[in-house]
Amino acid sequence: MGPANSNMYPQVLFKNRHPDRIATFEEYRAGGGYQALADAIAHRTQAEVREIVLDAALLGRGGAAFPAGRKMMTIAEDAPHPRYIICNADEMEPGTFKDRVLIHADPHLLIEGIILAAWSVAADRGIIFIRPEYENAARILEREIGVAKAHSFLGPNILGTGYSFDIVVHRSAGRYICGEVTAQVNALMGQRANPRQPPPYLTQEGLWAKPTLVHNVETLACLPHILQNGADWFKGLARTATGAGTKIFGISGKVKQPGCYELPIGTRLSEIIEACAGGMLDGSEFKACLPGGASTGFLPRQHYHVEMDFDALKKVGNRLGTGAIMVFDHKTCLVAATLNLMEFFARESCGWCTPCREGLPYIRDLLARIEAGEGEPEFVPMLEEMKVHLYRSYCAFAPGAAAPLESLLAHFKEELQEHIREKRCPFKKEPGQGVAELVKPRFIA
Amino acid sequence: MLPKDLRNRLEAEMKHVEHPRELAVDVMFAIQDHYGYLSDEALTEAATMLGMTPLELDELATFYTFTFREPVGKYVIHVCDSVVCWMNGYDSVKDYLCRTLGIGLGETTADGMFTLLPVCCIGYCDRSPAMLVNRRVYGSLTPAKIDEILEKCRSKAREKKLKERSSKLETEG
Repeated sequence: MGPANSNMYPQVLFKNRHPDRIATFEEYRAGGGYQALADAIAHRTQAEVREIVLDAALLGRGGAAFPAGRKMMTIAEDAPHPRYIICNADEMEPGTFKDRVLIHADPHLLIEGIILAAWSVAADRGIIFIRPEYENAARILEREIGVAKAHSFLGPNILGTGYSFDIVVHRSAGRYICGEVTAQVNALMGQRANPRQPPPYLTQEGLWAKPTLVHNVETLACLPHILQNGADWFKGLARTATGAGTKIFGISGKVKQPGCYELPIGTRLSEIIEACAGGMLDGSEFKACLPGGASTGFLPRQHYHVEMDFDALKKVGNRLGTGAIMVFDHKTCLVAATLNLMEFFARESCGWCTPCREGLPYIRDLLARIEAGEGEPEFVPMLEEMKVHLYRSYCAFAPGAAAPLESLLAHFKEELQEHIREKRCPFKKEPGQGVAELVKPRFIA
Repeated sequence: MLPKDLRNRLEAEMKHVEHPRELAVDVMFAIQDHYGYLSDEALTEAATMLGMTPLELDELATFYTFTFREPVGKYVIHVCDSVVCWMNGYDSVKDYLCRTLGIGLGETTADGMFTLLPVCCIGYCDRSPAMLVNRRVYGSLTPAKIDEILEKCRSKAREKKLKERSSKLETEG
């Protein structure tokens, strides 16, 4: 549980969160749980539900910020069956752990959200695609799906309406690209998880070539509350006119109290760091942060008070991403940090297209040389050029990888050049590691 | 050949799904739980059961982080080396593990007990530096905590061995 400060704001998704245990089905029910589903099925048309979600301006919380209502509406009324809904719980964006915390806090909120989304598009089957590191969360969900079934919120003939829908939990064997929706669908079909380019869109031809809706955990968890309290209420939760709802910010790095805090969209970064995360570690000064996972750029000190909202971050050339805030202090070398991020992307690239497969290791090698004190002035224009190639890739993976590199070049070029000029990393007191130690070998077990 | 009861169990699971190959990962995990890794033989047999060619299944086995095509230790340690763990002490955790176990990354101890591998962000950034041991997470690592975790693994393995020995004696007796 967060400190008192985060409770100054309405707790919506974390309403039933306990510091040390999972909210039970009974607790969820007592707080109005499954009422939104019962009401929607009894009193609303499916089109109305989709309309309300669209009006609520709910943007996808998995990183891409696509309007959830609009995605639901792309499933045609006469689309064939079976229709699938996938809950993307493959939370692999570095720095991100909100979905894990959410599932462990209140699993029925997610289950109800999935059923609501399913009902609104007349889906027949639901799948929760979950990363293998979250085995505990997978077991919790399997158990609670059973409970929901026992109470007729899931399974055949839900609440006596004739609508039948079931959810299974699918465990991945771990690969970042599986979080990309088209790759995820391939993974679910027992194929290598390479992405594929639309059209056809997944909502037309997705899993087993049938209409498929994919939403992130947090996005789905918003649905019961939106349906119960209305679109205007949801929009009113945000502190900015352009935002809607609350957001679970997962903060980590050089702060005193890393963790997940539910706050209104548009809460200032400085407030999240100081009031929720207990401020910077003693002896640490804020230098930059990645505001929403590894696929967002370094946000420099001048934007310390930025409103954490999709629009506000776009205005400063960044993205809210998953809302995973990773805080770097003045003692951390951002060339080395970018090298680490490029190492991640180079390792996790699925290898399908050349710009990504070849471009990322190339960039990683240039950064490793610079960090090791073997950089040359011409490496900087080379980095600039390689960055452009990343945008020529097949899917959004490599453009995401470009973000931290781009921001390093835009805001911390002097730090990069200092490495080259001084022929060493200025953050290391002793001679650092050589290139050989900096470039990690690949392990294929 | 896969043991009969494992084979029966997997075949029963496949009967419940429309497309057996959607269970490819589950099947690989089940085989791995039994043998420790995916041998050529086991992979070929599993592929046939799933209605896939061995090559198609190998495409998956070599793709995923948590499927092993080579023998690994009884305990596979995955140390998170992504950016938050990196800034919070990944290097010293890795160095400590390497020194204590006497192996480098990608290697297995001579007694076949531990394999050490780096892994990308495991989603425990609020408790970094973190690692997984057989996919179970341990966070806020310190040398003392690592010692404790390794010792727990060793004693668990000893207990298991003793149990196996005594049950063997019972059958023979």
